[in-house]
Amino acid sequence: MLSNLRTMWLVFVHLFKKKATVQYPEEKNTLRPRWRGRIVLTKDPDGGERCVGCYLCAAACPVDCIALQATEDKDGRRYPEFFRINFSRCIFCGYCEEACPTYAIQLIPDFEMAEYNRQNLVFEKEDLLIDSQGKYPGYNFYKVAGMDAGVKKKGEGENEEPPVDIYSLLP
Amino acid sequence: MPTIIIDNIPYQVKAGSNLLEACLGVGIDLPYFCWHPALGSVGACRQCAVKVFKDEQDNSGRLVMSCMEAIKDGIRISVQDKGAKAFREQVIEWLMTNHPHDCPVCDEGGSCHLQDMTVMTGHDYRRFKYKKRTYVNQYLGPLVHHEMNRCIQCYRCVRYYRDYAGGHDLNVFGAHNHVYFGREKDGILESPFSGNLAEVCPTGVFTDKTLKQHYTRKWDLTSAPSVCQQCSVGCNILAGERYGQLRNVLNRYHSEVNGYFICDRGRFGYEHVNNVNRIRQPIIRNLTVEAVDETTLLTHLQQVINNRNLIGIGSPRASVESNYSLMHLVGKENYYSGISEDATFIERKIVDILENGGIHTPSLKEIENADAVIVLGEDIWNTAPVMALSVRQSVMKTAAREAMTQISTPAWNDAAVRERVQEDRGYFANLAITESPVDEWSTHTYHSVPDNIARLAFAIASKLRPELPLPEGMPEADLQLAERVAGALENAKHVVVISGSGPGSETLVRAAYNIARAVQEKGKTAGLAFVLPESNSMGAAMMKAPSFDKALQRIRKENNTTVIILENDLYRYNSTTDVDQFLDTCKSIIAIDSLNTLTTGKAHVLVPAATFAESDGTSINYEGRAQHYYQVFMPANPCIKESWKWLWKMKSLMAGSANGQEHHPDEILKQIESSYPQFTGISASAAPADFRIYGQLLPREPHRYSGRTAMLANIGVSEPKPLDDGDSPFTFTMEGYQGLPPAPLIPFYWRPGWNSVQALNKYQQEIGGPLRGGDPGIRLFDRNDKVASWWFNDTPEAFAGRTGKWLLLPQYHVFGSAEMSRWSAALDFLTPQPCISISQQDAAQLGVSEGHMLTIETDKERFSLPVAVRSDLVQGVVLAPAGFQSIPSLAWGTWIKIMA
Repeated sequence: MLSNLRTMWLVFVHLFKKKATVQYPEEKNTLRPRWRGRIVLTKDPDGGERCVGCYLCAAACPVDCIALQATEDKDGRRYPEFFRINFSRCIFCGYCEEACPTYAIQLIPDFEMAEYNRQNLVFEKEDLLIDSQGKYPGYNFYKVAGMDAGVKKKGEGENEEPPVDIYSLLP
Repeated sequence: MPTIIIDNIPYQVKAGSNLLEACLGVGIDLPYFCWHPALGSVGACRQCAVKVFKDEQDNSGRLVMSCMEAIKDGIRISVQDKGAKAFREQVIEWLMTNHPHDCPVCDEGGSCHLQDMTVMTGHDYRRFKYKKRTYVNQYLGPLVHHEMNRCIQCYRCVRYYRDYAGGHDLNVFGAHNHVYFGREKDGILESPFSGNLAEVCPTGVFTDKTLKQHYTRKWDLTSAPSVCQQCSVGCNILAGERYGQLRNVLNRYHSEVNGYFICDRGRFGYEHVNNVNRIRQPIIRNLTVEAVDETTLLTHLQQVINNRNLIGIGSPRASVESNYSLMHLVGKENYYSGISEDATFIERKIVDILENGGIHTPSLKEIENADAVIVLGEDIWNTAPVMALSVRQSVMKTAAREAMTQISTPAWNDAAVRERVQEDRGYFANLAITESPVDEWSTHTYHSVPDNIARLAFAIASKLRPELPLPEGMPEADLQLAERVAGALENAKHVVVISGSGPGSETLVRAAYNIARAVQEKGKTAGLAFVLPESNSMGAAMMKAPSFDKALQRIRKENNTTVIILENDLYRYNSTTDVDQFLDTCKSIIAIDSLNTLTTGKAHVLVPAATFAESDGTSINYEGRAQHYYQVFMPANPCIKESWKWLWKMKSLMAGSANGQEHHPDEILKQIESSYPQFTGISASAAPADFRIYGQLLPREPHRYSGRTAMLANIGVSEPKPLDDGDSPFTFTMEGYQGLPPAPLIPFYWRPGWNSVQALNKYQQEIGGPLRGGDPGIRLFDRNDKVASWWFNDTPEAFAGRTGKWLLLPQYHVFGSAEMSRWSAALDFLTPQPCISISQQDAAQLGVSEGHMLTIETDKERFSLPVAVRSDLVQGVVLAPAGFQSIPSLAWGTWIKIMA
């Protein structure tokens, strides 16, 4: 009896507490920048595609929902010929983002991807690529990589000596 | 066997090896860079340090490089010692101070020895805060990509390229921490073994440039054990597929055949599989819509095959299974080999000698271990490149063995042995038509026409065994040379004689036999190897089918004949007029092939055949070794089937025939054994289709294979059922038995911690030894140990020029002479322009100079090509390109006319 009264009292008190329920979709919840939602491919500060087609995201993916094919432009810069994510399989674990050595693939705070037709959940590169640096501004992989892929010449990257003169025997 | 104590555990190891080999051999992971099982030790990289202790009381020990320390019985060492581990980690750390941040765009990533070793030592953070060294790259041709920044200065590349393969144009330049591995200036790497650099290099300095065009990581490849189809050596390869395209070819170790290396024709000649010229749909000509489906095709074939005379033409490049299935379909009396009478005659002689001659056919390993090699007429550099590489190892090893009798240095101590050997070489005589890069290693060279080479060979045999006839009228110089060669063979213990069908001379084959037999009678180990033109020429020749000329003779008398041509471009092996006449006479022509050729262009019905990568099959190499290759991937179009599958389907169409039941390759091989006794044992070369390990299939895909649920999602979001070929113990998925597969069924090399091809050491019984469970392949000629009673006594006449006529001889080229390799863009780029070669005297007589057009006229062909004037040719001889596209098949050794 006492217990029932206590319960009724508690319910009554809660009537005057702040509501946790949000009237979605009229009212949106705040999502933090690191919220793991829809996957995008970002661009570097110079507007080039960040993805170099290294296949690490695909290898890290526990549900194998990423497929891509790397190719090269005339300067030797790698980029994905196609990049496909099957969001009907994706579990938004974020392993791909963790694996990505160039900050290309990022999970963004957007989850509103519902579709009536499952086939529409297959995203190709044109659906994934955005014109932004995403969460990691200022990083351009080719400036810190050793190779010359049209972004900088050999020895002009960050933390690089000028190319060795192989005809010199000086110490 | 000596016992060594590693970290207080005793192990039995192979005597005469070094500590690194011993540790790897017993399964201990010890990092290394500069050591390579085929190249030996130089102790340059300081990576394989271990502690050696004086005795049980010694607790401090001393650091040694395990690759430079010989095995001593009872030696106590420690791999896990703290000091040794710290030393190894520091070495990696130093190497990594300059290694670029490239792995995501490096083709080696995921199969990189440097990555593996870095993880193995535990180094993970760059503390060095200064700048990284950089280098400018070089253009090295269409096969190998150069990215010098990644170099860790292990010297493996130059040691392989220069010391092992005998190349000259790759070298090391500069000094101290500025050394540079490359060419003197940009340019195409000259050696036809340059592709191995991609596997030898422990990091990504040298990578496969053709793979770069459709780059796929190792973990994403669907691979299967395969056998190279580019020549008769039959090197074992691993072929990898992704998205329905063949992506790369890697060496698959076989201790008896190709060892650690393959040639560039084998490594880069795979792109015909992806070529646009592939036949992908059945075609019935003269229909409104020519491309048809399988049902229409079979209905049509039923009419064409039944109630007609049916003959079948086999192929030296189709598998044993396919050739047999064709023979089974048409009947033994209606089955022809598809090559010319002359070639059939020579190949028949070769098979006869190998079957009944009582002389062992050496494997490449045995050639490497021979101490005297003599080549008769065959241009091995261009027709069997890996065999040429083995001959080089023979001369180098013999010299090394000689040196080691004087100094007490073990064979693996590469730098020391080389220092002692200097320019010494083992015995090698190259008696060939023209100069060749192998001449550089040879003790004696002799360039002449096949008949003169054969005369010299008969003279050598006669010097070895005086009962044999000495050719009459030999010039004094030749007699002296014969004396010297015979003397060298007498001094040797293990002699190998190599010849082949390349020069188109049966006399050479007989002469080669006489020498080998004479050597054997002297109580020495003799080997006799014959190079044949195609991957399965030996298998086709062993079927002893009549030649194409016989088919032509027959068809002239018959009408209402249907011919089935199996994977054979008849124009490659027979004269244009003969083939034209043959094809015009046939009532209907059914061609089964993978690529469009001149022959398929004339066929009425075209049946799309699978290439080696899409099929299971067996081919027999020059030594009679039956080797089975497994399907790498299933073509997207179900109409592309193995030729033997199509042939069994056709068999079921025949009136009163079988019920169309599917046959597995191992069942077909069993049938072959019962119809042809010479093939006894061949069925053991293929694993039964129902072979399982603990009830599991073997996966073709590594466990980290990616993209399973996305690869085909653009076509349909629901994943299809995994493919199943049912013919082999392999599955097209990553599921299945994850342990060490049996030696013939290794689809890729991977062991925990070893992602690169160097994981191979886990698959070997001992370093450089056979694979665990024995190397694959069945040698078919080994069953006979009878000794023949015959010798060849009829020596040929000396060569004499004729006025107004020239002797026609072949010029092979490593890129260009093989039918399939030219469909690879990179190899096509390297193929030289075909030309006609004549001697300087002939050029002067004809009044032509380099580059002029010359016309060759035989009794059946006539064509023009630019002329090349050579100093190594005899007067009265003309060389024409052999096997080149758009050059008709020619009868070698015939007399022809040339016109300026």
